[in-house]
Amino acid sequence: MTDLYQSQRAMRRMRKQAMDRGVIAILDVGSSKIGCLVLRFDGPDAFRGGDGVGALAGQSSFRVIGAATTRSRGVRFGEIHAMQETERAIRTAVQAAQKMAQTRVDHVIACMAGAQPRSYGLEGAIDLADSTVREEDVARVLSACEVPDFGDGREVLHAHPVNFALDHRSGLNDPRGQIGNRLACDMHVLTVESAVAQNLLYCIKRCDLELAGVASSAYAAGLSSLVEDEQELGAACIDMGGGATGVSIFIKKHMIYADSVRLGGDHITADISKGLQVPMATAERIKTFHGGVVATGMDDREMIEIGGDTGDYEHDRRSVSRAELIGIMRPRVEEILEDVRARLDAAGFEHLPSQQIVLTGGGSQIPGLDGLAARILGQQVRLGRPLRVQGLPQAATGPAFASAVGLCLFAAHPQDEWWDFEIPAERYPARSLKRAVRWFRDNW
Amino acid sequence: MRPLDGSPPPRRDPAPTRLSYRLHRLWLTPFFRALLRIGIPVFCLVFAAAWYVGDETRRAALFDTYYELRRSIEQRPEFMVAMMQIDGASPEVVQDIQEILAIDFPVSSFELDLEYMRGMVAGLDAVEKAELRISPGGILQIEVVERQPAVVWRSRDGLAVLDAQGHRVSALQSRAARPDLPLIAGDGAQDRVPEALSLFAAAGPIADRVRGLVRVGERRWDLVLDRNQRILLPETGALRALERVIALDQAEDMLARDIVVVDMRISARPTLRLAPGATLKTGNTRTTQAGAIEG
Repeated sequence: MTDLYQSQRAMRRMRKQAMDRGVIAILDVGSSKIGCLVLRFDGPDAFRGGDGVGALAGQSSFRVIGAATTRSRGVRFGEIHAMQETERAIRTAVQAAQKMAQTRVDHVIACMAGAQPRSYGLEGAIDLADSTVREEDVARVLSACEVPDFGDGREVLHAHPVNFALDHRSGLNDPRGQIGNRLACDMHVLTVESAVAQNLLYCIKRCDLELAGVASSAYAAGLSSLVEDEQELGAACIDMGGGATGVSIFIKKHMIYADSVRLGGDHITADISKGLQVPMATAERIKTFHGGVVATGMDDREMIEIGGDTGDYEHDRRSVSRAELIGIMRPRVEEILEDVRARLDAAGFEHLPSQQIVLTGGGSQIPGLDGLAARILGQQVRLGRPLRVQGLPQAATGPAFASAVGLCLFAAHPQDEWWDFEIPAERYPARSLKRAVRWFRDNW
Repeated sequence: MRPLDGSPPPRRDPAPTRLSYRLHRLWLTPFFRALLRIGIPVFCLVFAAAWYVGDETRRAALFDTYYELRRSIEQRPEFMVAMMQIDGASPEVVQDIQEILAIDFPVSSFELDLEYMRGMVAGLDAVEKAELRISPGGILQIEVVERQPAVVWRSRDGLAVLDAQGHRVSALQSRAARPDLPLIAGDGAQDRVPEALSLFAAAGPIADRVRGLVRVGERRWDLVLDRNQRILLPETGALRALERVIALDQAEDMLARDIVVVDMRISARPTLRLAPGATLKTGNTRTTQAGAIEG
């Protein structure tokens, strides 16, 4: 785990550097689009200093000065499968965003949707040396968590301390300075396929950018589209992307579960393309203009020209009723939602005090989706849009940008993770000089 | 359905090449921008100027143009000085000034170094103070304050007239030319002219008998009277010693007697030296012819 610790700390240092320089880029590598936002940290909150979260949860510290999206290529299921193509797409987006911002960015925070995330709930407990909880004790209890075998080729993406308990008192957010004998903590760890993550890092490195942080896109979407009381009381955010649908569950402002379903809007498009025998581009256009999931009598009469350029008159003059289109789309949407339902059930979502479900992501714009989702997922369903951040262009305020906006919040004010605490002395390799120094500092 | 005129198909997913991406990032680098915006124009200008000046003939032409331009401005009638006017000087001094300045009018005022010329005029013996200015209308105005002659000084080189501060005013052909001025003589006398003048003033009661003052050994004065009488004055307190002698003379008519030297060098012990055979000649005063000493 020390490797991971070092690399994550290195990314945190990069983020600090970028903050000092005042400019950082957000890169959302999705299956249908690659978005890049350039943030400038010069708001009134940026120089506030001190502890805690500032006004508007730290959002007033930054401003979006550049935004660009490009059609994604080489990405499937939220994972990179053609690196050269993806690299070109990233270059396109970054260059356009830089051009709009009129500044050069060197640090980037990226997110990824796929890579088969897996959630683990870890718990650990220590006896306190003296009765007051100090920062080192927090670090010690975090490293005392029992780490399960993640399996080969998996890497930790997030490790959030979710809950602290001191003796019999549980539900503590910040145990520092409190008095007790035994400190216990619950930690949520999210692991991903390391090969997939490495591919993304490699692509970003090829674009001469330094990585200042990586986040799961389900987590980022949850940060931006769940409102504060939903995050506090318990809610699930369904981020319906192009190639993967992310699921994240929040309670007490911490993510406690994240997963992704390897189905998304691209599969709906592929169904339309196959069903109507049209190219993917046409299918995508038909889906966005005429798509839906609930058919009415009116839809039987609404005919859609689907066109074609084969030269065959009969083939090129085909039209299809909207009811037929809905007939193609609905089973696939149902399948996605059923899979999401299965993931939520596996996570024990029904035990949460509030079971709000928020649909976001580009796929959530299908008309009638909330009605369909209410039947499958539960009664409390709403469509979510990311919250508004300063300077974001109107074109980038839709639900498709939920994870990009969430990354902005992540960049401005990341939640404490395991590696934000100093590594305790006993975790250093024996005989290291650092360990001796730490031991001296802790004991004198 | 694109036209069949051979134009390439529209690119589906335009992406910048690696090179253009890097160039664009370089272009957005603030340091690089500043270098391009300031560094390159400055370099071009300096390089062009250096190349132009590098050639000998062009450089010469450049200097020629510069001097021609300068000359044409200097020669404008507004800056020309046509004549010289000298105030407060006697005709001889005027002639001297004209000789040493030796300006052939008309001349541009840029070519006149007034400070240097003032130094030259003030360097004349007869001139105490000089002011030069160019007044409107192209006149070089010289205002001169001449030195006032106070004593005649007889030195090894001949006669000279000095002013009250001991500055040389002019040479003198003969003592007879200025009989109104008192005479001093001896090496170093010219440095103590104010003292000599005060001694002459003190010797007022016997002024008709005074021939002059002689500086002895560059340290003390001898007052020489007619009939080869000498009053030897001390180094310090000469004026007081002279006043004592005058008082004695007025009381006792001492100097009218047959005395050659009144030695006041030691104030506690004034000494008289009688002329040889003075006792024999009492009552038979001999007059010596008073007259100017030939220079």
